[in-house]
Amino acid sequence: MSVETRSLDHLVSIESGTVSRELFVNRDIYDQELESIFGRAWLLVGHESLIPNPFDFFLSRMGEDSVILTRDRKGEVHVLLNSCMHRGMKVCRYDKGNARSFTCPYHGWSYSVDDRVAEQPGQLVGVPGFEEHYHCQLDKKAWGLVRCPKVVNYKGTIWASWDENAPPFLDYLGDMKLYLDAALDHRDGSEGGSEVIGGVQRWRIPCNWKFAPENFIGDHYHNISHRSVDLVGIGPSAGRGRRDNEGFESLIIGFPELGHGVIGALPHYEERPYHPAYTNSPVAQEYHREVYERRVRNLGKERRVLTGAATIFPNMSFHGIQPRTLAIFHPQGPTEMEMWRFYLVDKDAPPEVRDVLRHYFLRYSGPGGLTESDDMENWSYATEASKGRMARRHPYNYQMGMGYAKPVEGLKGAVNGGDTTEENARIFYNRWRQFMEGRGWSELMGRN
Amino acid sequence: MQAETTAQLDELLLHREIEDFLHTEADLLDQRRFKEWLELCADDIRYWMPLVWNVPFAKPEQEFSVERQDCAWIDEDKVTLTQRVKQLATGLHWAEEPRSRVSHLVTNVRLVEVRPDARAPKEVVVRSRFLVYRNRLQDEVDIYVGKRQDTLRREADGWKICRREIYIDQNVLLAKNLTTFF
Repeated sequence: MSVETRSLDHLVSIESGTVSRELFVNRDIYDQELESIFGRAWLLVGHESLIPNPFDFFLSRMGEDSVILTRDRKGEVHVLLNSCMHRGMKVCRYDKGNARSFTCPYHGWSYSVDDRVAEQPGQLVGVPGFEEHYHCQLDKKAWGLVRCPKVVNYKGTIWASWDENAPPFLDYLGDMKLYLDAALDHRDGSEGGSEVIGGVQRWRIPCNWKFAPENFIGDHYHNISHRSVDLVGIGPSAGRGRRDNEGFESLIIGFPELGHGVIGALPHYEERPYHPAYTNSPVAQEYHREVYERRVRNLGKERRVLTGAATIFPNMSFHGIQPRTLAIFHPQGPTEMEMWRFYLVDKDAPPEVRDVLRHYFLRYSGPGGLTESDDMENWSYATEASKGRMARRHPYNYQMGMGYAKPVEGLKGAVNGGDTTEENARIFYNRWRQFMEGRGWSELMGRN
Repeated sequence: MQAETTAQLDELLLHREIEDFLHTEADLLDQRRFKEWLELCADDIRYWMPLVWNVPFAKPEQEFSVERQDCAWIDEDKVTLTQRVKQLATGLHWAEEPRSRVSHLVTNVRLVEVRPDARAPKEVVVRSRFLVYRNRLQDEVDIYVGKRQDTLRREADGWKICRREIYIDQNVLLAKNLTTFF
C-alpha cells in the first residue's frame, strides 16, 4: 500500500494529538520521506572548518545519498553527488582530503573542481578513449557530477537543498535563526566565530530517524532517561548533575509554520547574571567569565536568546551551551539511522580551554557519552516494539499540553508551550505532514 | 651461555606475566567486577579511542583522529572511568540495564618495549588484538574488533594500566553505543 492511498490525516492527527507508529517502521512511508522531505528540505551537510583550504573535500550525506563537500579556488563551497555519471561508482571513497579532481576507479571518468579546467564544479574533464571509442561524440559538459543546486554557508555551517526552488535558507529558518546563532556565535556575542573540534562522530542506531529530532526539539519530559548521570554527576563543576546551572528559565518554544523548535530562553535584552561555569578548571572558568563580560559589552541592549537543545526541520539538531554540538540524523532505512555529531568551540579559545570543553562534550554526547548512550537504548527499543502488527494499530500519544501554547513576544510566529509540553513534537509532525502532502513552497512558507 | 638463557627466561616469564595480567583484566570486565577493574587503572590513566578515517594508502598518518586535539570515540581519565563504573551501578543506566553479556577475547599479545629490562621491569608497552562480543536483551549483537597498545607500569601493588590506545576496526561505528570497556 503506497502512502498516496493512505490518509496522512489518519497517520498524523495534530487535532487529537496522535501519530501513527507506521511513521516509524513502514518502508513505503520511509521511501516517500526520502523523496518528499530529504529531496526538498534544507539539510545540514557539514562545516567549513572541515575543509579550510581550496580543493579540500569532506565526504558527507544527504538522505541516503553520498555527497562530496568541496571548496573551489576562491573558497566557495560546493556539494556534488558522489556517483559517477557513467556507471554510478563512488568517485570518492576517502573521508577527507585535498583534490582538484575525482577520478572514477571503474572506467576512469574524471571530474574537476578546478576552474582552470572546468567551467562548472564537478565538470567531466577526462574520458578514457574519448577519441578512439567515443569518436569525440560525448557531450562532456552535460555529464558532469550532479551538483546540488542550493548551497549556503551560514556562519560556517554548510546547508544544501536538492530543490532549486527552495526558499532562501534564512526564510526557511525564520526567527529560529536567533537560536541557531546562539550556538554558532562566539561566546562573547560576536558573529560566527565557532569551529568544529577535528572530525565528526558517525554511528548507526537501529531506530527510526525521527526519534532524534523529536527528542531535541523540545522533550523536557524524558528526564528518567538520564537519571543515572544525574545521580553520578558528570557536570563540569565538581561533578554536580549533568551540566552547570545555566541560569535561565528553559522553555519549549516552537515555530508552528516552519517546523523548528527549541528548549531555550525567551528573547531578552540584557545579559542574565553571571553564573560560574566549568569550575573544575580554573582556566576554563576564567575564560567563560571573561567572554561573559565581553558579551555584556558587545550585545548591549540587543535582542538575544539562549539555546539548550533545538531542532531545525527535518533532521538537524544542536545544543547551544553544555554541550555545544551539531547533530545530523541520516535516514538509513525505516528502522535505522546514521547519527553524526560535531562538537563546537570558539575558534580563538586557548588550547587548555578547548581541551576541557572537548573532554566534557565527549563524555556527555556521542555513542560513548554517558548521557547520550541511554537515549540510543530508548530510541532503538521504541522502534523495535513498534514493529508488531498489533502494536502498529495503536498510535503514539502526543497530547501533553494541547491548547496551552501562547504566542511569544519578540519572535515572529513562535509559540511558548511552557516548561514541559509536547507542543514542539506536534509542530514537527505537522510540518512532516505538510512536506509529505507534497505542498508547494509558497504554501509551505505561508506565502499564498 | 648461562647469562643468555637467563635473559631469555626473564623475557618469557615477563611475557607470561603480562599476558596473564591482560587476561585477568578481561575476566574482571566479563564478570562485571568493575570496581576491581578500576583498581588496575593507574590514577593518571589515559584511555583513548580515536576516530578512524578512510585515507590513501600513502597517508597512514591521517588515519586516526589526533590525540588531545581532535574528536574521538572515547577520551577518558580515571575520573570519567570511575563515573562510568558508578553509572553502571545505579541500575538506571538503560544502555546496560538489564546487563549485557560481554566477552573480551584478548590475543596476539606482544611486548614491544620493556623499561629498563625484563629482569627488573618497571614499565612495558604491550600490543594486542581484541574481539569484544556484546549480546543484549534477546537478540542484539555487537562485535567490536581492533588493536590495543597499552603502557603498563609496575606499582607497589602490581601492574597498572597507565595508557590504553584503542584502535577499533570500524569507520562508521556499527554499534549504537559504546558502554563497555575495551
